[in-house]
Amino acid sequence: MTPHEVDPRELRARYPDVFDRPASARLAMPAMIVAAFAILIYGLVDLDFSPSRFFAGLSQLGWITLMMIPPDPGSSLPVYLKALGETLSIAVLGTTLAAMFALPVSLLAARNVVPSSILRFPVRRVLDSIRGVDTLIWALVWINVVGLGPFAGVLAIAVADFGAFGKLFSEAIEGADRKQVEGIRASGGSALHEIRFGLLPQVLPVIAGQVLYFIESNTRSATIIGIVGAGGIGLQLAEQIRVLEWQKVSFLILMILVAVAAIDFISSKLRFAIIGKRAVA
Amino acid sequence: MTTAVSILPEQQLAVLNAAYRQAVARRRLRLLFGAAIFAAALALAAIGAEVNLRTLFTHFGNFISYFDRILTLDSGQRVWTDVGEWLWGWRKWLKMLGETLLISYVGTLIGATLAFCLNFFAAENTSPAPWLRFTVRRLLEFARTVPGIVFALVFVIAFGLGPMAGVLAIAIHSTGALGKLFSEIVENADMKPVEGIRSTGASWLACMRFAVVPQVTAGYASYALLRFEINVREASVMGFVGAGGIGQELVVAIRKFYYSDVSAILLTIIVTVFIIDITTGWLRGRLFGKEART
Repeated sequence: MTPHEVDPRELRARYPDVFDRPASARLAMPAMIVAAFAILIYGLVDLDFSPSRFFAGLSQLGWITLMMIPPDPGSSLPVYLKALGETLSIAVLGTTLAAMFALPVSLLAARNVVPSSILRFPVRRVLDSIRGVDTLIWALVWINVVGLGPFAGVLAIAVADFGAFGKLFSEAIEGADRKQVEGIRASGGSALHEIRFGLLPQVLPVIAGQVLYFIESNTRSATIIGIVGAGGIGLQLAEQIRVLEWQKVSFLILMILVAVAAIDFISSKLRFAIIGKRAVA
Repeated sequence: MTTAVSILPEQQLAVLNAAYRQAVARRRLRLLFGAAIFAAALALAAIGAEVNLRTLFTHFGNFISYFDRILTLDSGQRVWTDVGEWLWGWRKWLKMLGETLLISYVGTLIGATLAFCLNFFAAENTSPAPWLRFTVRRLLEFARTVPGIVFALVFVIAFGLGPMAGVLAIAIHSTGALGKLFSEIVENADMKPVEGIRSTGASWLACMRFAVVPQVTAGYASYALLRFEINVREASVMGFVGAGGIGQELVVAIRKFYYSDVSAILLTIIVTVFIIDITTGWLRGRLFGKEART
């Protein structure tokens, strides 16, 4: 059997979308790529990139890496372990505080709990503004209030996560099934009963999963807020980098990596236990 | 009105009730146990983090009054009564904000390009060799776990103060984060086109180019945009360690107690983040919209 012969002209006539796309559609992609690269080049020039600086820095970086080997804590291992414990404490405490305060507020931001958008709108905007400010900035502000130290870090993480949790929780609440709530109302429950027995049982496992996930990611955030003086292992790390003790730096980075991996492992196990295998996002 | 609810015989009911109570009691006990462990962990954490509620309560007024102070001009007026005086440095701040955006843009683009090059080696279904996948995955993990600002601290020493260190730090961190997400998209891609192309005798590179890439580009673009959004926030604090952007101005204002400047800079940052969020959200909606139509 010979392959089916087709006349290209016939094909062209039959599928005009494929062969004769309008010029605007054909040019859109290359134009976007060219624009993207034009901005890139402009950015590189504007931000003082130069090959000589780049390669000088790269060789410097090579030296630094060489000096990092082998990682060695010197005599300050106990101090570092204590700092690591502090970091974990900051993450756990900050996240819990944030979740506790965010739960009632998120109810106010959920469409199916508060139908009036006049009330919902300002709550949402406040949450958005809080999220727009980075944890490090909150840490700087709290240092002004409660002084240097891990407590400022706890409060910084609590405030920054409050914004994130408020949004996530209210989305979880909006995604909840309406039927249970209606069932409670049909049996004569008040609005509070509806929330307590209709919404919360559906939402709590999701929220618990998110809180655990945030504890995980906050372990990372908590390692860096020390850089501005809010306690934890970041303080040690920033100090050792400033005095160019590279072996200690690499040891600290390794410690952070191991701690983060351990927390990842534990929290994913817990999350599976709480919400079952399939629901984990 | 009469209701017909069937009621079970007494003995049967008693057994069922007892079993129900037992089940509930067991669940309560487990919950209580979990709560106790959690409370203990919290108490331990509170000690570890030197939580001092007295400090908080005595100084909490400070927190409130801090916002009062940053919303007050030197002349004692509220900031919004004299916007010109409040935003006196807008030229400089806009320039720094532009630099911040450029840092995150260039960083994201470099990071996305590197992640694009690496992710096919990290994905389960397309990686040419297991050892290669293992190495690339560990590399990406490293780049993702070390916080961007730590890279910035090191790069500031290697490359000198300035935005270059910030860009590279953001690029490396984005490579790690995007590499993982990209490879997950590839793992979810349909493998039939790959088999089709492979059966024509194509090389690995051709398989990736013509079978995998067309399936995944929309997802890639969406994640890269999301990353850009995150990087704008990150770039706004890169200045804290001297790696360029608006953070430099902010940290000076906070440390030197230029109160009204703090609120002005925060305002510009929040507004910028809002605009970027909305724009990328819209762009992503369009990308996915396009995807749905074809």
